[in-house]
Amino acid sequence: MKVLAIDTSNYPLGIALIDDQQVIGEYITNVKKNHSVRVMPAIENLCRECDIKPADLEKIVVAEGPGSYTGVRIGVTIAKTLAWTLQIPLVGVSSIEVLAASAARYFSGYVAPLFDARRGQVYTGLYRSQNGSLETVKKDQLVLATDWTEHLKELSEPVLFVGNDLPIHREVLANMMGDQARFAHYTEHNPRPGELAHLGLHREPVDIHTFVPNYIRLAEAEAKWLEGKKENDAK
Amino acid sequence: MGDNMSEKKQYILGIETSCDETAVAIVKNGHEIVANIVASQIESHKRFGGVVPEIASRHHVEQITIVIEEAMRVAELQFSDLDAIAVTEGPGLVGALLIGVNAAKALSFAHGIPLVGIHHIAGHIYANRLIKEMDFPLLSLVVSGGHTELVYMKEHGHFEVIGETRDDAAGEAYDKVARTLKMPYPGGPHIDRLAAVGSPVIDLPRAWLEEGSYDFSFSGLKSAVINTVHNAEQRGEVIAPEDLAASFQQSVIDVLVTKTVRAAKQYSVKQVLLAGGVAANKGLRSTLEKEFAAIEGVELIIPPLSLCTDNAAMIAAAGSVMYEKGQRSDFTLNANPGLDLSIHNS
Ligand SMILES: [Zn+2]
Repeated sequence: MKVLAIDTSNYPLGIALIDDQQVIGEYITNVKKNHSVRVMPAIENLCRECDIKPADLEKIVVAEGPGSYTGVRIGVTIAKTLAWTLQIPLVGVSSIEVLAASAARYFSGYVAPLFDARRGQVYTGLYRSQNGSLETVKKDQLVLATDWTEHLKELSEPVLFVGNDLPIHREVLANMMGDQARFAHYTEHNPRPGELAHLGLHREPVDIHTFVPNYIRLAEAEAKWLEGKKENDAK
Repeated sequence: MGDNMSEKKQYILGIETSCDETAVAIVKNGHEIVANIVASQIESHKRFGGVVPEIASRHHVEQITIVIEEAMRVAELQFSDLDAIAVTEGPGLVGALLIGVNAAKALSFAHGIPLVGIHHIAGHIYANRLIKEMDFPLLSLVVSGGHTELVYMKEHGHFEVIGETRDDAAGEAYDKVARTLKMPYPGGPHIDRLAAVGSPVIDLPRAWLEEGSYDFSFSGLKSAVINTVHNAEQRGEVIAPEDLAASFQQSVIDVLVTKTVRAAKQYSVKQVLLAGGVAANKGLRSTLEKEFAAIEGVELIIPPLSLCTDNAAMIAAAGSVMYEKGQRSDFTLNANPGLDLSIHNS
């Protein structure tokens, strides 16, 4: 089955084409450049290089977040529109799980990929890798790095951290967790779009029309409005 | 008749997501609406008293494929029937524009259909072509929440901005004055309704600017309204809101209409087109109609309300002309929140 994978949820831009247990094309950059300008040309180029026409595609897999709101929306909009108009299934996969899957392939134990979310916070989740398969232990969330580290310490087992934003939080993690904190090699820090395509290969397709990014957070205005409403209702 | 087989049909699919409407339309031969679907988010934004960009972007992602599907269903067309995909590339809210632009690119890629980026204001002007064929040279008065412009066109696809606002757009001034009068968002229609029952008895300024200028300025007027309310409150006086609304509206309309009439004469135009959401304003419509009825040789065209507010049929209509003129966008097409009308499409 010819699968196109798209990841624009954070700085890395990742596109992959896989078919029958083979990654036939993969494109990754990790630069602070505009996804909107670059992602469609990247998809077109990769398909052309791999001699795959849009009509040949049989499934679209997209990184659904968390990440940059705008970034993830660009990937999800293209994925939804392509899947709908080509009448092929669409699968969304956690942007965090993609990192876990690739970094933990030859590691047994807990994996906690992370993206920086500013003000000491991280987008992260907890996964457990065993014999090459991955299970979700704690779903993706937005949490203070220090709170998250406290929680992970209680596992009393090594935890593998991965992600391009590790340098921002590495000191806190290492200081608080000591030997328990393991850090992936820098060559594992970009989410692999081939891995994304593989993760989505056998998953249940989503309803294309209603599919939206996993923002984790409400829009700020909405959160404030709900808070105000709660206060008013309490009066 | 018989030879209709040789008549070339052109179908353009338009996409518009520059603010809080997710809109998709299909227009035949540049002037015939085949489908025109608009999913409005206004109910969602009302609770915030204005459009929240992040929330607008989220709604666009929820709606985009649904609205495209509905347009294709109504039109009873296949993608292979389409000649081009036209999409608003700017100006507007960047996050909102990005949804339309990227959906358009995906459709263009999937089916190998040419892509044409369109200026939002060019779209508003071309809404008129869905009513009446354009006759050049013409002048368009564009008034909306984000724009107040006088645009001169000597031919299709040529746009010369001869006047624009130096501060607030007329629609913005309406919304701010409505807020001062404690009216719900969006305030424009409320002021218009109130003005209809009031009298313009309060003296408010009109910004004519330098002699001969076609530019506009509404911030002074807006401040004058706020000061009038404030001073009256301090003196314990009550100003009838309908009179204030009527006075404010009269001031806005005086400047808009006077400058439009003067430009229409100076440029010897054959048509004057009203465009943009504020074109729904009854006071503005009736004043323009009265003024231009007295001017020989100039035809005034005012589209129906549904084509004045943001829609995608207008983008497809503009797309039809730009496509014919050979304009194409490639897959690097981006959302451009500050896109310039004169430079674009020239
Ligand atoms: Zn508009």
